[in-house]
Amino acid sequence: MNNKMVLYTFILGVMSGSLYFLLWWLEKPIMFYSKQGQWYFIIPIAIAFVFSLVHGAFTGYFWEALGIKAKSTKEK
Amino acid sequence: MLQSSNFRRILLLFVILGAFQFVLWTTFSPMVNAVDVSPQTAVQTVGYPDLNLSNVIFLLLVGFVGGLVSGFIGSGGAFVLTPAMMSMGVPGIVAVASNICHKFPKALVGAMKRAKYGQVDVKLGLVMGMSAEAGVLYGAHIQESIKKSLGDSGSNLYVSLVFVVVLAIVGIYVLRDAWKMKRSAEPEKEEVTALARWIQSINIPYTMVYFPSLKARISVLVTLPLGFATGMLAATIAVGGFIGVPAMIYVLGAPSLMASATELVIAFVMGLGGTIKYAWSGFVDVRLAMIILAGSLFGIQLGAIGTTYVKPYMVKLVMGTIMVLVLLSRGLMIPIYLAELNYISPIEKNVSTLVSNVSFVMLIAALLVGGVIVLYALWSGHRAHHLEQQGK
Repeated sequence: MNNKMVLYTFILGVMSGSLYFLLWWLEKPIMFYSKQGQWYFIIPIAIAFVFSLVHGAFTGYFWEALGIKAKSTKEK
Repeated sequence: MLQSSNFRRILLLFVILGAFQFVLWTTFSPMVNAVDVSPQTAVQTVGYPDLNLSNVIFLLLVGFVGGLVSGFIGSGGAFVLTPAMMSMGVPGIVAVASNICHKFPKALVGAMKRAKYGQVDVKLGLVMGMSAEAGVLYGAHIQESIKKSLGDSGSNLYVSLVFVVVLAIVGIYVLRDAWKMKRSAEPEKEEVTALARWIQSINIPYTMVYFPSLKARISVLVTLPLGFATGMLAATIAVGGFIGVPAMIYVLGAPSLMASATELVIAFVMGLGGTIKYAWSGFVDVRLAMIILAGSLFGIQLGAIGTTYVKPYMVKLVMGTIMVLVLLSRGLMIPIYLAELNYISPIEKNVSTLVSNVSFVMLIAALLVGGVIVLYALWSGHRAHHLEQQGK
């Protein structure tokens, strides 16, 4: 496990944790506006995209940092 | 690694697709009427649950196992999540909407991950995803019509019957094929079916497209009914992949690993469309969706990694096993719905409650069994590879 990998995992973990904290912190306005529907549909979609990028990257690094990596040969 | 130009191309395709879906759903959604509540009244008519710690942990765990299975076979987990949320007091429509809102980011992450391993045929996924979208619309329309004429019991009976018929035919076939491959002299080798060879030989001018996963040109007209059926199944039982993956393998001739990875693209397309539709009416509880996503992204990464260590028949084995277990779970419920519709004599309340609970436990067991097989396949494949590397 190299230090760079652990650092990336840590930074992304903090970012992901911060996003979840923000979701909890801003729960009321987020729920209020997303319940309005119509053009507010963008709120859950945007949240889902941002979480998928940050938390997705974090989870990818997380398993790699633990040594669980894909087999190196590429499928064709 | 995925080339950056390819990454940009995929991202651009997803953006275009998102815009297309927005137009599609906002235009046709009122016709489908599956969500027949105006956005303004949605807030008043639908309650949203207060989340406690045990609910959050439960959703994280189910999300993780669902993600694990999805990363491996391209779909799964959704059939447990909706009833699981409903058992926590989440209204049905909010459970469906929140489930679908966690599905598209999960599928996006899974598709990107498996694209790195060269397993995704983006072109096939997008082409099938488009017709799947139409299938979702039609499937939702049928659901709504049945609900109007026969009520909730009729709708439940229809869903259970679809589960049983589709899973009995496809699930048993997939399991049988997995068993045959495992016992064959060359378990790594996947035969292209006679049907797929015939499909690949059909030449319809102006409709032929080359798909890398098939290493062949086929008519897009052939993919339309397959995508449509995938979408219809997704709208009915929440897991389109039970049709989509076997269709890509046996009808089009795609290898199992590529079919299961490409299904993630289809799931993304359908999930994004579905989320726009439900979010437009204000039914998405983004808190629920993101809690499930927190667990499922850990799972989907692990499931995707697992595919690089296993032989192709494992994808079929996991999918077939889950399908047969889900089939048993849903089959149990059919007499209950028949009794509610007075097609057979009434069943005592305590018996029907017991059967419903057993059925739900079996549904969770189906997912867990799939998860355990994936974890075992990953562990044994990882270990064998490690020993091989040490031996070199």
